Amino acid sequence: MKVVLQHLSKVFPSRNKKANADVVAVSDFNFEIPDGELVGLLGPSGCGKSTALNLICGLQTPTEGRIFFGDDDVTDLPPENRGVGFVFQNYALYPHLTVRQNILFPLQNLKGSDKLSKPDMLAKAREVAELVQIDELMDRKPSELSGGQQQRVAIARALVKMPRILLLDEPLSNLDARLRLQTREELRRIQRQTQITTVFVTHDQEEAMSISDIIVVMRNGVVEQIGKPQDVYDNPVNLFVAKFLGSPPVNIFTGRVTDGTLFIGDDAVLKINGVPNQDIYVGIRPEGFILDRDGPLRCNLNRVEVMGRDVSVISTHDASDNSTIRSIIDAESAADLELSNVRFAIKPNKALLFGKETEARIFFNV
Amino acid sequence: MTNQTDYNRIKQSATVGKTVGNVVIYALLTIWGVMVLFPFYWMILSSVKSYSSYNSEYIPMFFAQSPTMDNYVSAFTAVPLGRYFANTLIFTITTTAVMLVVTIFAAFAFAKLNFRGKNIAFILCLALMMIPNELVIVTNYVTITKLDMRNTFLGLILPSVTSVFYIYLLKENLAQIPDELYYAAKVDATSDLKYLFKVMIPICKPTIITIVILKVIECWNSFVWPRLITDDANYFLISNGIQEIRENGFGRENIPAMMAVVVVISIPLIILFLIFRNKVMEGVSRGGTKG
Repeated sequence: MKVVLQHLSKVFPSRNKKANADVVAVSDFNFEIPDGELVGLLGPSGCGKSTALNLICGLQTPTEGRIFFGDDDVTDLPPENRGVGFVFQNYALYPHLTVRQNILFPLQNLKGSDKLSKPDMLAKAREVAELVQIDELMDRKPSELSGGQQQRVAIARALVKMPRILLLDEPLSNLDARLRLQTREELRRIQRQTQITTVFVTHDQEEAMSISDIIVVMRNGVVEQIGKPQDVYDNPVNLFVAKFLGSPPVNIFTGRVTDGTLFIGDDAVLKINGVPNQDIYVGIRPEGFILDRDGPLRCNLNRVEVMGRDVSVISTHDASDNSTIRSIIDAESAADLELSNVRFAIKPNKALLFGKETEARIFFNV
Repeated sequence: MTNQTDYNRIKQSATVGKTVGNVVIYALLTIWGVMVLFPFYWMILSSVKSYSSYNSEYIPMFFAQSPTMDNYVSAFTAVPLGRYFANTLIFTITTTAVMLVVTIFAAFAFAKLNFRGKNIAFILCLALMMIPNELVIVTNYVTITKLDMRNTFLGLILPSVTSVFYIYLLKENLAQIPDELYYAAKVDATSDLKYLFKVMIPICKPTIITIVILKVIECWNSFVWPRLITDDANYFLISNGIQEIRENGFGRENIPAMMAVVVVISIPLIILFLIFRNKVMEGVSRGGTKG
C-alpha cells in the first residue's frame, strides 16, 4: 500500500495566551512512500518525527494537508478505520493478558464481515507468533518476558490483523546494544517477508541507514532530505544532514574558495570549478582522506587508533570546526605513521561544500 | 583450624540471637493477638450466658458456668431478624453494585477523559471530603424526606451510592495506566467502553476488590442513616435489630441477647474478609505506591 502525504502540517496551539508562540511540529510534509518499502524517519529529538508518525496513524489529526493510503483519503478517518498497525516505544502490551491474548486482542475487535471464528483467530495468532519467533512464549505474561521478547510481541500484535501500513515509534530504543543490532535485522526480515509498507521513527542514524529503503531526515518539523540511505549520505543537501548522518561524523572545516581553488586554512587542497569566490564550510567524510607525504592538507598528528582492518588517524588542524579530525585509512598505508605531522590529500567526491550563511550544499566540478 | 572455630562461634551466636529475636517477636505478637481477639471472645462469651446469670455476675467472669443457646433462639424469635438480614442483604448488594458502577465511570472520566471543567469538578468532589459526615446527614435527611422517600429502599440506598474517596482511590490507580495502552487499543479498534472493561478494570482489579469489600463492610455496619430514615420495621436493617434486642430486657439492657445478634451478623463479614484478605492488603498497599 502506497502512502501519500500532501502538504501535511501539525501546529500545536500555544499554552501561553499572551505570547502567541504556536509550536509547529510538522510543517509542509510532502512525501510518497512507495508500496512495500521500509522508510526510516530520522532526526534529533523534538524534530516532529513522532508527530508525523501519529498523523499517519491517525492518533493526531493534521492542521493542514491530506493523507492517502493508496487512493483512499484517510485524513479524517480515526485510527481504527485506517488499518494500521502501531508499535509503541514502550510496547504498550496489556499487562494482565498473556502473549496469546495480547496478539488476539486486535482480532477480537474485528466487526461485520471481517469477524473471524475462534480457530481462525488462533491460527492467525500462531502464524504471526512464528513469524516473530515467539511461539514458545504464548502463555506467558508480558512481565515474564525480556525486553526483546516484549518487542516481538508488540510487533506480532501490530501485524496480526495484516495492517495496510506498519508504524513503529522508536522500536529499538529500549533494547541494549547487542539486542538492538539483532532486532533490527529481525525487523528487516519480517518486513521483507510480509511486504507491508513500514514507517519507523528513530533518532539513531546508524539504525535508519542500516535497514531502511528510504530515509527521511527531519529538523524542526521540516523535512530536510528524502532519499536512499547511501544517496543521502553521499550527497547531503545541507550541513545539518551531513553532520547528522555518518558514524564517525563528518569533519567540518571553515574554508574559502578563491579563483577556483579550495582553501582549508592556508592549505590549497583542491582545484574546483564553477564556484564563485566566497567563504564556505567544507565537510570531509572520514573515508575521504588519502594519506600522502606530499598531500596539501597539513595536520598535526594526535594519535592513531588501530581497528584491525582500518586505522583511524586522529589529528588537528587550525581551520577545523571540531576539536579533532578523524580520518579512516587502510591499515597498510598507515604503516609508517610516526611523524608528528601528517599530510592528507582529499578525495574530490568526498569533499562537501556548504555556503557559510545558508549552510546549503554548493556543488562543484573538479 | 582457628578459623574453623571462629566460624562456629559466629554461627552459634547468630543462632542464639535469631532465637532470642524470634521469642521476643512471638511474645509481642501473642500479646497483640490476645488484645485483638479478646473482644471477640467476650462477645461470644456474653452471648452464651443467660440474661439472669449475666446480670447476677457482680464481677464479670471469664467463662460461662452454664452456657446456653437461648439467646440465639430468642434473637430470631423476639424480633424478625431474618427480615432484617434480608433487608441488609438487599441494601448492601444494591448499594455496592450501584456505587461500583458510579465509581468506575467517574474515576475513568477523571483519569482518562478530557472535558471542560474536569479539574474544577474533581476539586469540588475532593472538597466534599472535608465536610463532616454529620452535616451531610442532616441535609440528606431533609432531601430524602422532601422527596418522600422515607421508609423506602431507594431512600436508604441513594445517599451511599457515591463515595468521593473511592473515586479518588480508583482514579489514582487508573491514572497510572500508561496512555499508550489507550492508543494501542484505539489503533486496534477498541471502543472506550470496551477498553474500560477489557483493559482498565482487569488491571485495577485489586483496587476494585478492595473498594467492594470496604463498601460491603460499611453498608453492613451502617447504623445512623438507616436509623434516621426508617421507622417502619419492614425496612429495618440488622443494626436497628441489635438496638431493638438490646431494649428487649426487663428494665435493663439485654446484653447477652444483643451479643448473640452481634455474633450472628459478624459472621458473614468475617468470612468475607478471610476469603479476600490478601486482595484487600494488596489493594490498600497498591493505592499509595505505583501500580
